[in-house]
Amino acid sequence: MSLSRRAFLGTAAGGLVLGFSFGLPLRGRQVAEAAGGGAAVINAFLRIAPDGTMTILCNHSEMGQGVWTMVAMLIAEELDADWSAVRVEHAPAAAAYADGVWGTQGTGGSFSTVNEFDRLRRVGATARAMLVEAAARKWKVAVEQLRTRDGFVVHGEVRISYGALAAAAARLAPPAHVTLKDSRHWKIIGTSRRRLDSPEKVTGRAIFGADVRVPGMLTAVVARAPVFGARVKSFRADPALKIPGVRKVVQVPTGVAVVADHFWAAHNGREALQVDWDLGPGAALDTDRLAADFRERSARPGRLVVAHGDAAAALSRAPRKLEAIYEVPYLAHAPMEPLNATVRIRGRRAEIWTGTQSQSADQAAASKILGLRPDQVVLHTTFLGGSFGRRASANADFVSEAVEVARASGATVKTMWTREDDIRGGWYRPLFVHRLEAGLDAAGAPLAWRQTIVGQPTTPPGKNGIDEDSVHGVTNCPYLAAIPAHRVTLHSPSVGVPVLWWRSVGSTHSAFAIESFLDELAAAARIDPAEYRRRLLAGLTRHLRVLDTLVEKSGWGRRPPQGTARGLAIHSWFDSTVGQVAEVSIEGTRIKVHRVTCVIDCGLAVNPDGVAAQMQSGIIYGLSAALYGKINLKGGRVQESNFDGYRVMRMADAPRVETFIVPSRDKMGGAGEPGTPPIAPAVANALFALTGRRLRTLPFDLGAGTAPSRPPRAGAERVKD
Amino acid sequence: MKLNVNGRDRAVEAPGDMPLLWVLRDLLGLTGTKYGCGESLCGACTVHVDGKAVRSCSVTAADVAGKRVTTIEGLSRGGRHPVQRAWAEVDVVQCGYCQSGQIMAAAALLAERPRPSEAEIDTAMKGNICRCGTYERIRAAIVRAAELAGGRR
Repeated sequence: MSLSRRAFLGTAAGGLVLGFSFGLPLRGRQVAEAAGGGAAVINAFLRIAPDGTMTILCNHSEMGQGVWTMVAMLIAEELDADWSAVRVEHAPAAAAYADGVWGTQGTGGSFSTVNEFDRLRRVGATARAMLVEAAARKWKVAVEQLRTRDGFVVHGEVRISYGALAAAAARLAPPAHVTLKDSRHWKIIGTSRRRLDSPEKVTGRAIFGADVRVPGMLTAVVARAPVFGARVKSFRADPALKIPGVRKVVQVPTGVAVVADHFWAAHNGREALQVDWDLGPGAALDTDRLAADFRERSARPGRLVVAHGDAAAALSRAPRKLEAIYEVPYLAHAPMEPLNATVRIRGRRAEIWTGTQSQSADQAAASKILGLRPDQVVLHTTFLGGSFGRRASANADFVSEAVEVARASGATVKTMWTREDDIRGGWYRPLFVHRLEAGLDAAGAPLAWRQTIVGQPTTPPGKNGIDEDSVHGVTNCPYLAAIPAHRVTLHSPSVGVPVLWWRSVGSTHSAFAIESFLDELAAAARIDPAEYRRRLLAGLTRHLRVLDTLVEKSGWGRRPPQGTARGLAIHSWFDSTVGQVAEVSIEGTRIKVHRVTCVIDCGLAVNPDGVAAQMQSGIIYGLSAALYGKINLKGGRVQESNFDGYRVMRMADAPRVETFIVPSRDKMGGAGEPGTPPIAPAVANALFALTGRRLRTLPFDLGAGTAPSRPPRAGAERVKD
Repeated sequence: MKLNVNGRDRAVEAPGDMPLLWVLRDLLGLTGTKYGCGESLCGACTVHVDGKAVRSCSVTAADVAGKRVTTIEGLSRGGRHPVQRAWAEVDVVQCGYCQSGQIMAAAALLAERPRPSEAEIDTAMKGNICRCGTYERIRAAIVRAAELAGGRR
């Protein structure tokens, strides 16, 4: 997670909490409600029922990344729990559940595992110590004589279940100090565990935000601005109110809400509703013109990001010079579950049910709208039907809107977005342009590197004027240290399109630009792309380990299957390094990605199968963007609206993915996002090897790019024109 | 209007143009069937009508009157259908939102083709989008489900 994302989360609840408490018995009504009937509350994260069922309250949002299972693994390991007795539910929004490092409650930046690794193991160890203490008192023996195993405290031949001890343990004060297990004694951490949310998700029992049903609840859809920033001038509610089932039509800051007995009536009511909009300057937005403007801006230096030596002088002296512009469009996140939130307001208390990545921010925003204290807003986190950043709303947009709808209509309301609302609703991955220039010496090694980046900031730039999110993967670019003169600058223009973090954030564009351009340099130098990288990565053991494993496992250097070619890319962010080789062919006018070999070094992999699942997921998500994804604005209007115009990858087009996790005890990194960045450049580099065409704009268009100057050799590099 | 859903006759009062999806979700409280696009583009709302996979967002309740509608809730007792068992075994799900539809599509495929080829799997599942990209595990789980079902015969 970048500093700016972290800063946002840190301030959302009114200041970064530097310390945090754990293992404290829960207090207060909200917390008591979190406890199930009859179960003993051991600490904020754990209840134990008399039958031994362990319910872990997960403070992070389960959106597919497997955090429920991971959190349970950390706690269960130190607890010596019986894994088959472990259950998980989402924790409510409360201070006790703030992220272990950020200090606010939320999920993102691929950092749940990293940020919770120590804290949640301590939660488990603390609970274990309390259970042992309870057994020691019961048996009147010293705690040193007791061991724990699979949900029991054991004394010689005698044992007692955690369930039988839980009530007594819950009355004890948690110990001030606990010792965590040596990693040699881990039984759960580092082993592949099946997902704990599988049973409810394969039976349709899992409750997502859209499935929430509250007595007396109505359903709303909102007529939102047809162009970004437009305001309601006037509206005619009558035609909507004539639709059977429509109860109310109310104006809210984002538009006009039609509130009805059920979704279908609300939907039809909105169709009938007549709204007159004051469009404002947003009606002039045009993405083709914007991209042209960004390309033009990239010819001028922006604000300094990182520099060493005199890049301009080195470029002018270099015997060979290359220059290229890379471009990526606006992208919608398009999670399978369109956005929604259900809100009930009763006097000085409000309840919200929603799938969100940012509980603290949502709670703060809702309390502000309603004039309540944050603790008077009870937020229930449901499963998230995907998110990819969209539900980590910087301004709590969809939750705030749902609160406004409930308040304005004086009812309990579920506000639902349609797919069209989702695709057209903004909060996109921003359009970015990278201009790259390099000077090579006679042997083809880079002497100079100049990179000018242009794109909307996702968060307000920091003190140095730099939006950290815009330069993910650039500030830590491993090649720059090996290039004597380099200079990276950034333009962060204001554009009236709402933008947001999209799975892997800045790395979505920086990896594409840097890893493609590096391939161009290797081709110009007539050096194998893997070897070219290896030379620049000298001394960086983690990168080299990934690269070497990738070369070995992908068959790099050996002839690829007839008609296919391979491309390679490697990228580091979220404290993980991921390399991928894509095997690609062209079938008619279609790009076909057959196989992807993926190697990750994320340090310790808590749940290896979960990491592999996230690599597959990140690759497919990245391929959707590389092959199809683009939001076009013309006259301020988003041209795409559903999965026909905004295409995403389907099964028949999905490659086989093989993932290798490098055994590593390097710094632990994330897994949810870093699978995405390398795939677009890996495919671009494979297409170059296959056709000699260098495609520098996403999504790929086989009709574009440079013409080949000579027939390319499959699997090999060629000289750039 | 009378519907037969998961083996039970249900009486609903629904507007004539109301898609089956919203009848199931908002009138009958069967929320396992999901809304993803409303245009038969994503498959999240897939149910069985007389055993065939149908996108419930694009048929009305009237269209299915007199036919047997099966939703994910009615596919099996306690998730014991071979497809559901295979899904759990292979650890397919991620966010899980599309999986009701994926499972219903796969179950309909296997009912018709007990040993589908890879191409048949790809064709049968092409209407079901998964944004988490679980496709490879879905393929594996369909193959596994075919084995599980075969073992039972």
